[in-house]
Amino acid sequence: MIMHFQNARLIDPEGLSDEPGSLTVENGRIAALGTDAPEGATVIDCNGRALAPGIVDWGVKIGEPGERHKESFRSAGLAAAAGGVTTMIVRPDTVPPIDTPEALEFVARRAADAPVHIRHMAALTKAREGREMVEIGFLYDLGAVAFTDGVRVVTDTKVLSRAMAYAKGIGALIVGHPQDAGLSKGAAATSGKFASLYGIPAVSPMAEVIGLDRDLSLVAMSGCRWHADQITVADALPALRRARKAGLDVSAGTSIHHLTLNEFDVGDYRTFFRFTPPLRSEDDRLAMVQAVADGEIDVIASFHTPQDEESKRLPFEAAAPGAVGLQTLLPAAMRLYHSGALSLPQLWRAMALNPAKRLGLDAGRLSKGAPADLVLFDPDAPFVLDRFTLKSKSKNTPFDGARMQGKVLGTWVAGERVFG
Amino acid sequence: MTFRARHLLGIDHLGPPEIVTLLDLAETYVDLNKRTVKHSDALAGMTQINMFFENSTRTQASFELAGKRLGADVMSMSVAHSSVKKGETLIDTALTLNAMHPDILVVRHPQSGAVNLLAEKVNCAVINAGDGRHEHPTQALLDALTIRRAKGRLHRLTIAICGDIAHSRVARSNLILLGKMENRLRLIGPRTLMPAGVADLGCEVYDDMREGLKGADVVMMLRLQRERMDGGFIPSEREYFHRWGLDAEKLALAAPDAIVMHPGPMNRGVEIDGTLADDINRSVIQDQVEMGVAVRMAAMDLLARNLRAERGRALAGPGLWDG
Repeated sequence: MIMHFQNARLIDPEGLSDEPGSLTVENGRIAALGTDAPEGATVIDCNGRALAPGIVDWGVKIGEPGERHKESFRSAGLAAAAGGVTTMIVRPDTVPPIDTPEALEFVARRAADAPVHIRHMAALTKAREGREMVEIGFLYDLGAVAFTDGVRVVTDTKVLSRAMAYAKGIGALIVGHPQDAGLSKGAAATSGKFASLYGIPAVSPMAEVIGLDRDLSLVAMSGCRWHADQITVADALPALRRARKAGLDVSAGTSIHHLTLNEFDVGDYRTFFRFTPPLRSEDDRLAMVQAVADGEIDVIASFHTPQDEESKRLPFEAAAPGAVGLQTLLPAAMRLYHSGALSLPQLWRAMALNPAKRLGLDAGRLSKGAPADLVLFDPDAPFVLDRFTLKSKSKNTPFDGARMQGKVLGTWVAGERVFG
Repeated sequence: MTFRARHLLGIDHLGPPEIVTLLDLAETYVDLNKRTVKHSDALAGMTQINMFFENSTRTQASFELAGKRLGADVMSMSVAHSSVKKGETLIDTALTLNAMHPDILVVRHPQSGAVNLLAEKVNCAVINAGDGRHEHPTQALLDALTIRRAKGRLHRLTIAICGDIAHSRVARSNLILLGKMENRLRLIGPRTLMPAGVADLGCEVYDDMREGLKGADVVMMLRLQRERMDGGFIPSEREYFHRWGLDAEKLALAAPDAIVMHPGPMNRGVEIDGTLADDINRSVIQDQVEMGVAVRMAAMDLLARNLRAERGRALAGPGLWDG
C-alpha cells in the first residue's frame, strides 16, 4: 500500500529542520519526500500538523513478568501508540529480572502483544544483586540492546569493572544509574529548602556527581560503551564533558519529568511526584533543558514506571517511585517547545534520533528509506489531562489535572496505522 | 654447547641458542624414553628434591620420572602439608633444604617471584616448576618441542593462545619463548581474562575467537584457572564454551593442518570440546605430556653439567687456569 501525507509540517531531527512538505510511504518505508501523491496512493491530509519520526522511548517498565496487574505488553503498547511512541526500549527490572537468555526469550515472545516495536534491555548482574555479571554474550546474541541493573547501583567496583571489561569484548552497551548508593539510601527528595521544610529524607545532588565520576573512571579503565540513564543535576555536566573530550564512548539521558517539573511540585506530599532520582531544583531543571538544547544530553525518555494505586497511596517516603509516561511524554515535551526552550527537531533528536542511533536501531529518522514509524500530532491542541483516560493499566501520572498542549492524531508503525 | 645458565627460573633468561640446545638434547631423550631400558647416568649420584608448595600431579610426576631416568636420587616433598603449615618462612625452608646438599631443586609456588627468591638462598641448581602467574619454563619448552616436531620448525608460525591468559604462567612463558623464536602470536579470550598492556608485548589481541583463529598453525588452549580466580571473570561456563571453547567448527577456521595443544589438566566442555581433544589427527595433547619428561631430563642434564663445571672450577681454585 502507498500512503501520501500531504500538507504536513515535517519534523526532521537529522537536518534539524521544521518545514512544510509531503511524505510518501511505500512498503512500510519512507519512499519519497516533497513529491506529489503517486497514483493510487491513499492521501492523508495533515492540515499543516506536525509529522515526525515515532518516538523511541528508552527505559519503559512493563509488568511482565511478575506485575502484569500494573502493566502488560498489550496495555503498554496501546499507551505507546496513543502517545506517538513507536519503539519501546524495555527495562529488565521485572520480577524476576531479565537476567538469563531464557527470561529474555520469554519477554521477547510476550512482546508480540504490543502494536509497536519493542527492544529489550537485560540486567547487568544476576538477580540485579551486583555480584556476578549475567551471560552478556548469550543475551547480546539474542538481541538485548543494552545491559543495566536499573536504579540499583552496582556498588562493588570490581564486579562493575569486570562486567564492563567483558562487555567491551562483546561490544555491548552498559547503562548506568549515576548515583552514590550510600548517600542516596532511603532518600525521597533532593536535599534543600523544600525537603528540610517538609521533613523528607533527602539526598544531595552531589550523590549523582560522585556516582557519575566513579562510573566514568571505570569506563576509562575498560573502554566499554556506556550510557547514563538519567543526568539530572548541573554539577554532573562537567564530568560528562570531560569524558567526551577524553574520547570515551559515553552518552547520557534524562527524564521528561526532570525537564518539566521541580522539587516544589511535590507540594503537599503528592506521591505521584516521587521519582528516582528525586525531582531537582529549578536551577538544575533549567540546566538540563539547556544541556539537551546544546546536545550535551542526548536522550529524553519517559522512564514509564507503572505503579498500582496501593503503591502510591502511602506516606511520601514510603511510596513507590516513578510515573507512567508513554502517553504524556509528547504533551509534556510540548511545554519545552511552547516555552521556547527547545525546537521540535531538537526534541525529536533527543526523543527519537539519538536513542535509535545509540542503540543501533533503524528508527528515529524522517528521510528516504527510513522505516515509516511516524507520529502525526497537533503541537498546539490544548486539553486537561484526566489520568483515568490513560490506556496504561496504571494511572500514576504527575500530570493529572494539568493543562497541557499537544495531541497525537495518528501513529504509524512500519506504515501500519496503530493509533488515530 | 650453548647453555650456561645456573638455574632455569624462566624463559626470559634464555636466548634462542640456549633454547635450541635444550630442545636438541631433549630429542635424544625422547628416543631414550621409547626404549625398554630408559636409563641414563647423567645425574648419577646427584640428589634432586621436588618441592611443590602448590598441589600438582602431572608436573611433579614428570619431574620425578625425569630425575629417576637420569639416575638421580629423587625426593618429592609435598610442602603444602609440612613445615610451611607450622609457620616457617620460604627462606627458612630453603636454608633447611640447602643444608641437606641437594644438587637440583625443583620448585613450584603459588606466588610469582617466590622461586627466584628461593634460588638466591641455595647453592644448587633451581628449576622453576611454576611460580604464581609468572613463569613455567619447562612447560613452554615442552610446548616448543611439540610444535617443532609437529610442524617441522619453530619460527614463522601463527600461534593462537586462547583462554585464561591473565592467570596463566604457561601463557607468559610461551609468549616469551615463541616470541624469541620469531613467531606471530595471537591472544584470544574475554577481556576479563586478558592482562592489561599485553598488546604492547608484541601480540595481537582478539575478542572474537573466530577472527583470532583464522589461518593459525597452532591453537593452544589454556585451562580456566578457577583456583586462581576470586570469582566473576566470566558469567558462566556454558557462555565461555560457546564463545571461547574450541570445537570442530571454530577449529575449521584455523589452517587445515593446525594442531591443537593444551597444557592440561583439561576441563572438557569448558575450554575444549572432548571429542576434539581426543582427535589424534589434530590434538597433540598426549605428545605434550611425552615431551614433558624428555624436556625436563634435558633441562636437568644441562644444569647438572654446569653445576659440575662450576664445582670443578671451585675445587681447582680461582685463577689457576685462567691466569
